[in-house]
Amino acid sequence: MVGIHTLVRSRRKASTVAVMCAATALLTLAGCGGQGSSANGPHGFPEAKQEASSTITVWVDADRQAAAKAFQKANPDTKIKVVTYDGSANGSNSFRTKVQLFDRAGSGWPDVVFSSQNNDAAWASQKSGGKQAFAAVLDKGLVPKDTLSNFTQGSLNPCTVDGRVYCLRNDLAQAVLWYDKSLLEQFGYAVPTTWEEYQALGEKVAKEHPGYIIGTAGDAWTPEVFMWASKCQANDAPGPKSLTVKTDSTECKRAASMLDALRQNGTVPVVSVFTPEFLKKYSGKVLMMPGPAWYAGAIFNNPQSLNVPAGRLGVAAPLPWKGEDKAVTGNVGGGTWFISSHSKNLKAAEKFVQFVTTADDYQVNVAPGYPAYAPAAQKWIAKQEASKYYATPLQPVVTAASQVWDGWGYPTFSQEAIWAKTMTPGITGGKSIADLLPTWQKAIENQAKVNGYAVK
Amino acid sequence: MTLAPPSDQLTVDASGRRRSRRGSGRPAGRAFARNPIGYLFVSPYALLTIAFGIIPSLYAVLLAFTNADGGFAGFDNFTKVVGDFRFWPAVFHVTTYLLIWLLALVVFVVGLALVVHAVSVRWVSTTLRFVYYLPGALAGASSVLLWLFVLDPTASPVSGLLSAMGFDSFVQVIQPGHLPAIFAIIAFWTGAGGWIIIMYGALNNISTDVIEAARIDGANAVQIALRIQLPMLRKWVAYMGVMSLAAGTQLFVEPQLLSQASNAVVPNDYSLNQLAYQYAFQQNDFNGAAAISLILLVVALLLSWAFVTRGGLFEKE
Repeated sequence: MVGIHTLVRSRRKASTVAVMCAATALLTLAGCGGQGSSANGPHGFPEAKQEASSTITVWVDADRQAAAKAFQKANPDTKIKVVTYDGSANGSNSFRTKVQLFDRAGSGWPDVVFSSQNNDAAWASQKSGGKQAFAAVLDKGLVPKDTLSNFTQGSLNPCTVDGRVYCLRNDLAQAVLWYDKSLLEQFGYAVPTTWEEYQALGEKVAKEHPGYIIGTAGDAWTPEVFMWASKCQANDAPGPKSLTVKTDSTECKRAASMLDALRQNGTVPVVSVFTPEFLKKYSGKVLMMPGPAWYAGAIFNNPQSLNVPAGRLGVAAPLPWKGEDKAVTGNVGGGTWFISSHSKNLKAAEKFVQFVTTADDYQVNVAPGYPAYAPAAQKWIAKQEASKYYATPLQPVVTAASQVWDGWGYPTFSQEAIWAKTMTPGITGGKSIADLLPTWQKAIENQAKVNGYAVK
Repeated sequence: MTLAPPSDQLTVDASGRRRSRRGSGRPAGRAFARNPIGYLFVSPYALLTIAFGIIPSLYAVLLAFTNADGGFAGFDNFTKVVGDFRFWPAVFHVTTYLLIWLLALVVFVVGLALVVHAVSVRWVSTTLRFVYYLPGALAGASSVLLWLFVLDPTASPVSGLLSAMGFDSFVQVIQPGHLPAIFAIIAFWTGAGGWIIIMYGALNNISTDVIEAARIDGANAVQIALRIQLPMLRKWVAYMGVMSLAAGTQLFVEPQLLSQASNAVVPNDYSLNQLAYQYAFQQNDFNGAAAISLILLVVALLLSWAFVTRGGLFEKE
């Protein structure tokens, strides 16, 4: 009996949680009238009454606990309360979920939030259900101009809505071309300089060294690594509520047919790099892999993953397409820090966010990812190079940081989820990406529309 | 909860008096009047149901017929969610899942219970019952997590079986067409054991006189099962149907976890309950979410009503 009852209960729980929370909101509605906020504060949003020495609540994911620790060590006088949550990762969307409940309850917002997603500014910058936008405007005096201008060019794009900055970027995830220098030399291949050469290399590898791969296309960020870098206009957000989707362009088709060709000859398999299957089949056989900067630590130099020994891993700048003089690249994630517009201690919140994004104590000495703050990034790169792990200089990573194409936007919904849901099963089922482009287009349009976007 | 005893006392007194005044001839009324303590026993359940079942449901009704600003919206929320491109696929998903699951549940649970009941060796019977029941101890989310490993050919203990079926990767296993069957298998695996025990208990309730008489009349084990035991289990099967239907239409945990584990290859709007969740927390549209919940409630009620009347659940012998 226990089994059945818990089963029934756990199912029902899911649906009643929403309703229960809503009911709680109803009960607390009475208490949310007097927030003491002025119509328009000095920093471009209505502020709560400030209490100079009050404790700020900081939400971080497990990895960013180190950031909070570094801050506490450097600023023992500022009182912070650290709450660990899932960082909204893997489409859990918990940041938005929780804020919407706080909005309904009229209280409870954290002062600072770290999110591992790039699509939070799109909703956090907007009023929701008559409540003021959660995210504080940062570029109207709250964060100093000098600090903002030191961020890598384009790195604050995911934080910028209608020309205003709503969050600070923690790290960048620009896509570069990782390769195994030793293997490449052993096989006698040169590093490709265009995508066309990359494809030609794949065809050669398939014939001469079958079993080796030059990339993967099984992860949800496949569109970000390949389509984005090909200037495929699948996700162009010109305004906060409008989206342009055009997947029938040459730019989309060339990337699609390249992926199709390389998938068929087995050099770019549809397998996720985070599966046991990938490690089993391709450990020691990754010749090359276009992917985000964080692949270095997450896949190559990770004993649990490919575990490539020191002195082998090389990196090349993003590839251009033939005839295009300037290469662009895509981006896969990179965390963001938000300050709540409801905070009672904006000064402390700003101090915290500025510290974790810019201070060497965290970004250079501790942080695993490529810092978005350019001065920290330079030092971080120097530190990485000093580790002697890489076989080539890391300058291409720095170059790529400012090459992220700005024609790919950051709407409230996840492009990765759409690709995973509509494209991955289709490709696994034997269809080609080129044939699926219209399906992809339709799926993006549908998702955009139900999220309140006007689609062009 | 501290308020409960005094208020209970009041209801007990008031209703006790009312009962005694009019229902002198009714045994049920008398029983309650004689045992006011019964109200006390019922009260925690009643209060919690009101707080976490009835009031939220009423609030959902309110939400479903209003818009974001609180004004009356008529059926706008309903037409909106029914017109959503994700709605009908979700309905289809849940329906296929329910058909597979309920059918499997009825056929296998009744079948296995009859088999176990027919086993006369005591230790075999008890062991089987224990084994059937065991997976049920891993409730809800944890059992799904276990299945994530079973379904991944590279990590699965039954990888040989999976590759014999032509599956080499997790993504191949979780192709959209396979999902209803997968969810049905997971649900069956976690839930069926408990029902087998219940059916076994129900079979024990059938008087040995009846079985004995049938046997004297020359019925064999199969005939006894089909002609005697099965018809007498009808109410229990209907009961199982109603309970499972209520749980099944609310499919949520399995697809939600599978969605996160597969990095969204299993969509996060696969079932109706997930769609409601998306409405509430992705689109910040609590009214739309409430509308979906209400549609689910009405459909589940109608289907349950069919089960109850067809299964004769409330008929007295």
